[in-house]
Amino acid sequence: MSEYKGILVFAEQRNGDIHPISFELLGKAREIADKKKCEVYSVLFGYKMREKAKELIYFGADKVFLYDHPLLKEFDVINYKQNVVNLIREEKPEIVLIGATPLGRSLAPRIAAALKTGLTADCIDLQLDEDGELIQVRPAFTGNLIAHIKTSTRPVMTTVRYKVFKARERDLTRKGDIVEKEVEIVEDVGVRVVRKEPVEVVNISDAEIIVSGGRGLKKLEDLKILEELANLLGGVVGASRPLVDEGWISKDHQVGFSGNIVRPKLYLACGISGSPQHLAGMRDSEIIVAINIDPSAPIFNVADYGIVGDLYEIIPKLIEKLKDRKRGVKG
Amino acid sequence: MVVISLENFHLVVLIKPSPDIEKVRFDTVRGVVDRSSAPLEINPFDLNALEAAVQIKEKLGGEITAISMAPPKAEPVLRDAIARGADRAILLTDKRFAGADTLATSYTLASAIKKLGKFDLIICGEKTVDGDTAQVGPEVAEHLGIPHVAYVSRIEEVSRERLLVVSDMGVPYLVELRLPGLITVTKDVNKPRLPTLRDKLRARKAKIEVWTVDDLADVADVNRFGFSGSPTRVVKAFVLTEKKRKGVIFKGEDAVDRLIEVLEKEGILR
Repeated sequence: MSEYKGILVFAEQRNGDIHPISFELLGKAREIADKKKCEVYSVLFGYKMREKAKELIYFGADKVFLYDHPLLKEFDVINYKQNVVNLIREEKPEIVLIGATPLGRSLAPRIAAALKTGLTADCIDLQLDEDGELIQVRPAFTGNLIAHIKTSTRPVMTTVRYKVFKARERDLTRKGDIVEKEVEIVEDVGVRVVRKEPVEVVNISDAEIIVSGGRGLKKLEDLKILEELANLLGGVVGASRPLVDEGWISKDHQVGFSGNIVRPKLYLACGISGSPQHLAGMRDSEIIVAINIDPSAPIFNVADYGIVGDLYEIIPKLIEKLKDRKRGVKG
Repeated sequence: MVVISLENFHLVVLIKPSPDIEKVRFDTVRGVVDRSSAPLEINPFDLNALEAAVQIKEKLGGEITAISMAPPKAEPVLRDAIARGADRAILLTDKRFAGADTLATSYTLASAIKKLGKFDLIICGEKTVDGDTAQVGPEVAEHLGIPHVAYVSRIEEVSRERLLVVSDMGVPYLVELRLPGLITVTKDVNKPRLPTLRDKLRARKAKIEVWTVDDLADVADVNRFGFSGSPTRVVKAFVLTEKKRKGVIFKGEDAVDRLIEVLEKEGILR
């Protein structure tokens, strides 16, 4: 087991851009590596990505393994898997970190199964125990339970939730190696991306302010007032599952266990009672504000600030006051 | 010349019997789930997987086999799967399967599918409400050496050779999957139908097949099952105590003004 050394971070790339989760993982990997006195590696797939690979060094990698090939431009689960498996067999990292994005959660299990190693999903913290072994912290039971998990095989593989770790400052003076690897390509993998669907999607997990609506809204048109409020606050509109089920708003706006897990600076829940499945998607928000007519609604248990009352009275008032404030009128 | 294949189209749905998350209670002292507090049911995400299989069978014909790995008390869950459209249900149950993590679970399920012999399409729910890992589906695909597409939110076209699906990877992609293959579906893929009384009566009489470790011994390495085949261990678990929140409730006429004040103080409003 001791032949396994170092931490490998899978760098996620879309349309030639590196996903910020990769920099967050490098930040945490650097911190663990400095304690364990080992190196941080990163692996990047794509086409003509050499310049972008340097970013991984600026954010904390000592060595970047680059797989540059036209067929690796788009996510290809089989070819990504095969090349990561080859790399892990050669380099023998002790720990492998992958972002718990849809891509990471589709890819990581295949790598783990191929290597017959343990994989822990969607971690929200990583710690070292007194023996220097990795403790993986993750929620289970729709976020009601927190488990600490250790892995007996190597490498220890983990997917990590977006936005739980902070990236380091980009350091242009950092030095590291970029190693171009020979790519193994399987031509006919059985999965083929036909096209990206031409729809605009809101990336709600990146939003700093979310104004969310739930069952307290009476009709589709009423979402407009939430939109107005969100615009005034510089945020985006979210929704609980019932509104998505009704077809009032698209799935990319959904906050909750079966939708998006968010952690904005401000989460403003309007007419949301706070089911376990909704709380699992927003309980880590920095500040939670709840507006609900029912004082016993569970959402108030997780709220920093609350107003008990009819959202149809409170929100228009809030909108008016915010407009006045913008115009410089004293309330 | 039209060649009509007489071979059935074989659909496999993997089902996790899990507790009703709205009802289940947690033992805060011991940090465990009180599993007796809620009966087992089909994991809600797997209802969509089963419905997807039923809709495909309506188009292509064939046979749906539901497979679960669970304790014997999960039998009613598989009966429910039959009521909802499965033709055959297999319960993998054995003390030697217990304590399995996702690697051992996926290996066991993949071994059962191998034992089954024929499969064209395997369908799983996106994840489970208790484990939350979303790992078992793709791991099963890897064990079987077949391609997979995760987070399928729409099934556009189906044929005996391939599937055209929309995969929701943050942005939606239209993806073609060659069969045999595996998909994991999200809750958007369909609206599961409720079983009728007749379905329920039929299910009551159906036979639930029970397979043990010995039934899989000829297709699998039995050391990779259960606790001994599981590299991950829970070393500590506790019930989540909600982050300490201020819990300030504003009332009365000036409630909105007070809210604006605190949002200014918190640096949200500038």
